[in-house]
Amino acid sequence: MVDATMPLRRRRFRVRNLRFWIPLTWIMMLVLAALCAPLIAPHDPLAQDLFLERLPPFFMDGAEPGYWLGTDSLGRDVLSRMIYGARIALFVSVIAAVSTGIFGSTLGLLAGYYGGWWDRVISRLVDIWMAFPPVLFAVLLVAVMGTGLTSVIAAIALIDWTRFARVIRAETMVQAHMDYVDSARIGGARRFTTLVSEILPNVMPSIIALLMLEMGIAVIVEAILSFVNLSISSDDPTWGSMIAEGRGAIHFAWWVLLFPLITLFLTVLSFSTLGEGIKKKFDPVLSS
Amino acid sequence: MLLKNVLVRLITTAITLFGVAVVVFVLVRVAPGNPIAMMLPPGATPEDIANLSALYGFDKSIFEQFVIWLGGVLRGDFGTSITLRQPVAELVLGRLPATLELSTMALFIALGLGGTVAVIGARKRDTATEVGLDLTSGAVLSIPDFLWGLIFVLLFGVLWPILSISGRIDPRIEFDFTTNFYIFEGLIRGRFDVVMSTLSHMLMPAMSLALPLAAMIAQLLKQNLKEVLNQDYTTLARVRGFSETSVILREALRNAALPTLALVGVQFTFLIGGTVIVERLFAFEGLGNMAIDAVINRDLPLIQGIVLLFAALFTVINLLVDLSYTLLNPRLRHG
Repeated sequence: MVDATMPLRRRRFRVRNLRFWIPLTWIMMLVLAALCAPLIAPHDPLAQDLFLERLPPFFMDGAEPGYWLGTDSLGRDVLSRMIYGARIALFVSVIAAVSTGIFGSTLGLLAGYYGGWWDRVISRLVDIWMAFPPVLFAVLLVAVMGTGLTSVIAAIALIDWTRFARVIRAETMVQAHMDYVDSARIGGARRFTTLVSEILPNVMPSIIALLMLEMGIAVIVEAILSFVNLSISSDDPTWGSMIAEGRGAIHFAWWVLLFPLITLFLTVLSFSTLGEGIKKKFDPVLSS
Repeated sequence: MLLKNVLVRLITTAITLFGVAVVVFVLVRVAPGNPIAMMLPPGATPEDIANLSALYGFDKSIFEQFVIWLGGVLRGDFGTSITLRQPVAELVLGRLPATLELSTMALFIALGLGGTVAVIGARKRDTATEVGLDLTSGAVLSIPDFLWGLIFVLLFGVLWPILSISGRIDPRIEFDFTTNFYIFEGLIRGRFDVVMSTLSHMLMPAMSLALPLAAMIAQLLKQNLKEVLNQDYTTLARVRGFSETSVILREALRNAALPTLALVGVQFTFLIGGTVIVERLFAFEGLGNMAIDAVINRDLPLIQGIVLLFAALFTVINLLVDLSYTLLNPRLRHG
């Protein structure tokens, strides 16, 4: 019996480590690319050259040296646009996830700890919010606030706060009944102090796991809004606008779609794998 | 007790829908840009603008506008589309069948695919196959429908062009529809070319919507199956000589399915929400595609109508899921 289960366990152990390091490496590469974009991008991401339009990537006939991943319909270098696109994607994902997290977790903590009217109003708002199709809601909000990265970030926070609020509310309710909360209160701590200094640290692992997931979601939402031309100007290098371009030129220049798509795929998968990993690591039930 | 539960659910549903109406109305009204000015030619005088504003009711106070609008909505009058100059109710109901057919097909694909993977996973439990299936469904789950759609566009649009990647039906097919339910009507009137063309156009958008849900079903149903398979009555079935596969299919599946179905009901609304971008991606003439056009053109009445219809669909599905779960589950029925 022991002999039969041992190899499986060891394999799982290794897989779990790889599931942490591979996504982390990918995200770190993106961060590096975003920080050093002017140093490593072979071309200006905005430079158009109609003599170099729709050049195929390096492994195909007709490729031009220096344009590793080919060019789009306006002769812009795909690799350079992807590297600069990482800047926008990471910027949006970090800022949007953090603002969504602060907004949603605060409401979740208040609803979960104070209960009563706080809980009734916040829960009813969550119900109303969940009745909107999220993509349509995002498109509508950006149309109302005007296009631009600020609107994209605000839209993400205004829509996805419910994800944090629901989870953190439930966790806070569980924590609020624990003995340590009672002893803090008996020790003379005020309710708000107890919430911030006792309960918040205990729900923090969930908040961090949700933040990771939210970063992946934010990257997708930004891409979707760029795709329907509601993010920043379509000239600017975003993965979503490249994808929109590639979708339009799919029969002439599929590489304009393929490479940003692979990048987006790996990024979303990395964020969600990291998020799941953190959730499992800190969850006493799942990690045992 | 049961009746009281149902009543409370109905009332909260009504409150939610009213809240949705308020949010939609307020959002659309604070949108910058005068939609009336956009409808008129450049040489329009201020009187022209005032007249048209009065026609659409934009000259009254926000509160009056809301009351008038809500009153219309309750009578089934959603106003007139600014860009298309047709009643919103007509436009929206004309597109709804396409979106419903697409979401239903996606739901069936998700149930079939997820169910099959769950049964295989439960059959091969505690083997490398199960670990492999778990890893795959975990990855499939975290990739959203938008990316699946793009992957299918690349695969079938470029690599292996056997399926069309845009539209709802082959435009060369001559067929006079009376309902806009292409598949349903094609089947009834025996036009199998219509059915096949619609299905082949729907397959990829439906797959994109179905994959994340299929992965979720695969994980949850397998978990429930494994729990049920440890219980006495399944052991009894094994002792009576049934093979493991038929124990799963005949005995375990029926009892493991209930929690999964509750999840599927809720997730189905997310799937319908996903049609907005997936329809856009595949140029599929449904409600979602129309919604994005309406937002881009600032067609306020049309946006309001579509968002409200989606929200009503979501809340009604959630209500039905809750109620049927209460009715099906004896523990909740008497609780």
